[in-house]
Amino acid sequence: MSPLIDVRNLKKTYLLGDVVVNALQGVTLTIERGTFVAIMGESGSGKSTLLNLLGCLDRPTSGRYLLDSIPVETMDRDQLAEIRNQKIGFIFQNFNLLPRMDALENVELPLLYKDSETPDGDGLGAHALADVGLVGRERNFPAQLSGGQQQRVAIARALINKPAILLADEPTGALDSHNSAEIMNIFQRLNRTQGITIVMVTHSDEIATYADRIIGFRDGLIVSDRKVTQPAAPVEAVALRPVAVSP
Amino acid sequence: MKRLFSSMRIAFRALKMNKLRSALTMLGIVIGVASVIATVAIGSGATQRIQQQIASIGSNIIIIIPGSVSSSGVRLGTGNAVTLSEADAKELVVQCPDVALAAPVVRGGAQVVYANNNWATSIYGITPDYLTIRDLSVAVGAEFTQQDVESANKVAVLGQTPVDNLFDGADPIGQAIRIKNVPFTVVGVLTRKGQSSQGQDQDDVILLPISTAKRKVIGVKQANADAVDTIMMQAKSGAQIPAAQEEANALLRQRHHLQANEANDFSIRNLEELFAAQEASSKIMAIMLAAVASVSLVVGGIGIMNIMLISVRERTREIGLRQALGAKTRDILTQFLVEAVTLSIAGGFIGIVFGIGASLLISQLAGWATSVGPGAVSLAVFFSAMVGIGFGYYPARKAAFLDPIEALRSE
Repeated sequence: MSPLIDVRNLKKTYLLGDVVVNALQGVTLTIERGTFVAIMGESGSGKSTLLNLLGCLDRPTSGRYLLDSIPVETMDRDQLAEIRNQKIGFIFQNFNLLPRMDALENVELPLLYKDSETPDGDGLGAHALADVGLVGRERNFPAQLSGGQQQRVAIARALINKPAILLADEPTGALDSHNSAEIMNIFQRLNRTQGITIVMVTHSDEIATYADRIIGFRDGLIVSDRKVTQPAAPVEAVALRPVAVSP
Repeated sequence: MKRLFSSMRIAFRALKMNKLRSALTMLGIVIGVASVIATVAIGSGATQRIQQQIASIGSNIIIIIPGSVSSSGVRLGTGNAVTLSEADAKELVVQCPDVALAAPVVRGGAQVVYANNNWATSIYGITPDYLTIRDLSVAVGAEFTQQDVESANKVAVLGQTPVDNLFDGADPIGQAIRIKNVPFTVVGVLTRKGQSSQGQDQDDVILLPISTAKRKVIGVKQANADAVDTIMMQAKSGAQIPAAQEEANALLRQRHHLQANEANDFSIRNLEELFAAQEASSKIMAIMLAAVASVSLVVGGIGIMNIMLISVRERTREIGLRQALGAKTRDILTQFLVEAVTLSIAGGFIGIVFGIGASLLISQLAGWATSVGPGAVSLAVFFSAMVGIGFGYYPARKAAFLDPIEALRSE
């Protein structure tokens, strides 16, 4: 079976004013289905650029990118939007929930942009929320949820269209250690029980150890790539508790 | 369809979040549409009034009057200016194929007496055709006949005003009134016509057979016993008015022995022209008013564009997120267009209500006729939607083509 992500000699150059920035200087990388990859590196190392390219938010200056065997580097805006909607789930550092919508509406947002009609969109959002332990929080607005809960809403949103890959940009960057551990537990569970491929960018060595492959970045190039023999996190230790519904 | 519906929901929600801002933005459109509606109402009210006046005068009328005497200074005596004759009228009907009727008219004024009452009024000496041409009808009694004209019978048809002033509510039919000491029998009373466009009382008139009027009341012109003051003509149809005019012109020139280089000693006027000119000027007025009003609609549109641009900037992150989740160019475009159009159409509807209110108020306070037609209303809705689309498009397009990465990064 072909790898889920097959990147060959990917380059990305920006113009920052007059300065030419070589954000990616030729990255070749394959990621198999069902792996949990952490990408690490300093700020400006090119890891976020790679994540944006993998997420089809941007197009490479040169190189090839096969996502699920589909060449996406030549697609136009709307084709990329379609790919993002169907194949990719995004998780952001600052959650990016829409403040005027309740949890359920936020989760169901990607269904809005789906071209093919979902036969039954109704149960889908509630189910996705239940999957991340947020039963009874459907009608809460983001402001009424804790940071960890907000990130779980974001995970439910990322999963609702059953994407091939989950892309997380510093998913625990705005969370305390307890909530970070919970989020990582969810990632591991999704990865192990549902076989979802996860690519996560992080600064933190501790968070990276939850992954089973760690890729190091510096100056737009991969400088290290190692398998983690024994990923962290006693999954049972920080078990997901159902969140109490306030009366 | 589902997408459009949810775009509308998103738009309504966004507008509801900024109630005051949305209301103020809408206000521009409200004022614009209201002023368009009100001014168009005033304009079409004026036009309608003119059309009513045309109808009250009679249709397809052409008026022939003798040439002006004063324009050429002191010349061969004034008697020569009495150029139109009853014979002219007769020949016009016979020789001009596009002329349906031609009625000679002589005019004068006299004091009319009945019992102890007296009243000064206009005396028209006419033939029965005059009533047909002017679209006059007799409310009580009967018109006099061609026989009355030929025999110069002393009969009279009265307008409502002399009846009111002379008879004190008594039945005038069969009564004898005295005009310049000549007794006339009242045979009919005209249906009330109201005021003319110039504010004259069209009912303050007494109609006599032309022959009797000349001999007994107004007097015969010495230079030409056959002379008349006016010939009223009716063309066979509105379209035939120009042809009838041409024919009348040619015939009268020939009958009056005018050389090719001589000017007409009569002038032919066409009421349609007169009213067309009036109507045109009132239309121009209406168009100008509407144009001024449309400027405020455009200003309202600029307000919408302004607010939409602010809205796009404020919601850049949201746009970036929606793009990341798979929103296509057209999804974002629709979302913001719907928002702009909602603002403008809602403003449009409120503006229609205010505009109708304003035109009612104007007709109450200023006494101007106003009329709000379905045309003006649908035009207003159409224009406000167009303003929304027109001025909403640029901000919406700006939103739709944002770079998702930049948008997500913005604060």
